Amino acid sequence: MFSNKSLHAATALSLVMGGGAFAETITIATVNNGDMIRMQGYTDKFTEETGHEVEWVTLEENVLRQRVTTDISTKGGSFDIMTIGMYETPIWGANGWLVPLDNLSEEYDADDILPAMAGGLSHEGTLYAAPFYGESSMIMYRTDLMEKAGMEMPKDPTWEFIREAAAAMTDRENDINGICLRGKAGWGEGGALITAMSNSFGARWFDEDWNAQFDTEAWANTINFYKDLMDESGPAGYASNGFNENLSLFQQGKCGMWIDATVAASFVTNADDSTVADKVGFALAPDTGLGKRSNWLWAWALAIPAGTQKEDAAKEFIEWATSKDYIELVAENEGWANVPPGARKSLYENPEYQKVPFAQMTLDSILSADPENSTVDPTPYVGVQFAAIPEFAGIATDVSQEFSAAYAGQQTVEEALEKAQDLTNDAMEAAGYR
Amino acid sequence: MARAVTRQRKIVNTALAWGIGFLIFFPILWTILTSFKTEAQAIADPPIFLGFNWTLANYEAVLERSNYGRFLWNSIIIAGGSTVLGILIAVPAAWSMAFVPGKRTKDILLWMLSTKMLPAVGVLYPIYLLCIQFGVLDSKIALVIILMLINLPIIVWMLYTYFREIPGEILEAARMDGASLREEVLYVLTPMAIPGIASTLLLNFILAWNEAFWTLNLTAAKAAPLTAFIASYSSPEGLFYAKLSAASTMAIAPILILGWFSQKQLVSGLTFGAVK
Repeated sequence: MFSNKSLHAATALSLVMGGGAFAETITIATVNNGDMIRMQGYTDKFTEETGHEVEWVTLEENVLRQRVTTDISTKGGSFDIMTIGMYETPIWGANGWLVPLDNLSEEYDADDILPAMAGGLSHEGTLYAAPFYGESSMIMYRTDLMEKAGMEMPKDPTWEFIREAAAAMTDRENDINGICLRGKAGWGEGGALITAMSNSFGARWFDEDWNAQFDTEAWANTINFYKDLMDESGPAGYASNGFNENLSLFQQGKCGMWIDATVAASFVTNADDSTVADKVGFALAPDTGLGKRSNWLWAWALAIPAGTQKEDAAKEFIEWATSKDYIELVAENEGWANVPPGARKSLYENPEYQKVPFAQMTLDSILSADPENSTVDPTPYVGVQFAAIPEFAGIATDVSQEFSAAYAGQQTVEEALEKAQDLTNDAMEAAGYR
Repeated sequence: MARAVTRQRKIVNTALAWGIGFLIFFPILWTILTSFKTEAQAIADPPIFLGFNWTLANYEAVLERSNYGRFLWNSIIIAGGSTVLGILIAVPAAWSMAFVPGKRTKDILLWMLSTKMLPAVGVLYPIYLLCIQFGVLDSKIALVIILMLINLPIIVWMLYTYFREIPGEILEAARMDGASLREEVLYVLTPMAIPGIASTLLLNFILAWNEAFWTLNLTAAKAAPLTAFIASYSSPEGLFYAKLSAASTMAIAPILILGWFSQKQLVSGLTFGAVK
């Protein structure tokens, strides 16, 4: 009897001890956007399935970037999972700061990740971050205003068409601007749009010897076209408008067209917030006939910093959050329009998801962006709306400030380009590229 | 006639003071109003001042998503701890500078103030590495010490100014009566400087409560105070202004209430010695 009791006690103890050792508490740093917040709401399901607890640190995108960069570069170990983008992943992967995600389980089906996303989140063929959602950029336009203007949006318009359509849709008396575009300083704000736009005008940031290219005709054409277009048909104060300002204008019916992130499609078609939800059409970002479109490519992805003590639990979470099952879970509870888009091929093969009005255009936009070959002329860098080198964020922020000052009329386009050329070359020289 | 002019001037001055006061308070008022709007009403153009359907949905959403109590508790400990520690160090320091000044006292005071001139980000990495080294990253104790050090020059300066207004003869008399140094500081100096110490305490508490650089950079999930709580609702890709306003209102409410109840001490302390 005594031995039986002892056996039961020992078994119970070992189960408790075993369970205790297995269950971890992982800390995840993430950005504040709709999809990420939704994921936080489903964390209990993950805990139920695995026993692991999750602590969230949610921060604004730029604060998060600074916070996780400080932590990973000093091996601080504050986080077990970090939400990072396509810009950081290859650089941090090359530095050995991230755990390679090369042994994901078979059920996870890593081959299902869209090749554009997997490519942008890899370094030398090794995946370092799993995409939670991916985005490109595309045109969102008011179908009623386009019809009123007597024009029809092609599936793949040119910038010239956009300029004509914007002028035709502009109705200053009724506070309708033909087009809304980002002009706000910041490499991820106005800088992202103008770099992606410059690709379609045949411009590039650097030649193959890392010389700045702002003194070329292609860059002058890009900035002059942007400024003329926005002066003619854009909203007042466009030089300080970013994603949120334009989203607000579009939702209030004050923009004829808006070229921005594909994830905005779910916002502008949501009748709870948007006054024009049932009047929105989609088209590919414009080009100028040079073979490159002006859409970008981005993903928010989950990565594990090297040195974390909870690598296995972190990997389990990443597999759960970026899995097909997670997409099904969100679809079941909140509808297909609210699932994280742009990461998996299977999502776009799903007949239910194909019914979502912006699904196909999002996929087409993602597929038409090529980070390895984003410009007309060859470049030494990878990336569509950025150059994946550590110095880019600082340089591009300064350059975009010069451009914003030109949009606001504080200096001429020529002066802005000249300053951009000088500051970029100086920075690249200081960093040892030239 | 003279009475009429005085009255007129009084009315103008009062109106002007209320006008300036309203202007200063307006951003806070707007934040509070926005927190009761829907996200669509929050971005409406032209802006809606009062004519909207008041809702508590944002507060519900914020309370559901975040552990407000934990952030609040961390803020109280960090701001309170750094303030108390700072006062304990600053009172003796200010006493010695005010009543036993040396040749270099003025230089020391200026040097202390000069530490405030260095941009915080310039020492982010050294401080971060020190925190890792001592194992205090994401801990309240690290923030208590760092915020105390950051605000110490201001506390010492404020206390020094108040102490200078107290006649040294009173302290001398206490010494003549046989008071020890500890008794002199505790039972003679401190009671006379209560308004000054109280306002220094309050100001330091407010500064520590609102500090956002170190509290964001040195914390993760465990020690994050209300500044991190607000930052978690800011987003460049999504319109969450109403929720952000609700989070901001919840973060500033405790300090606003504290300031309201202690405004008498604050004003009397800050104007201490201003009129002779």
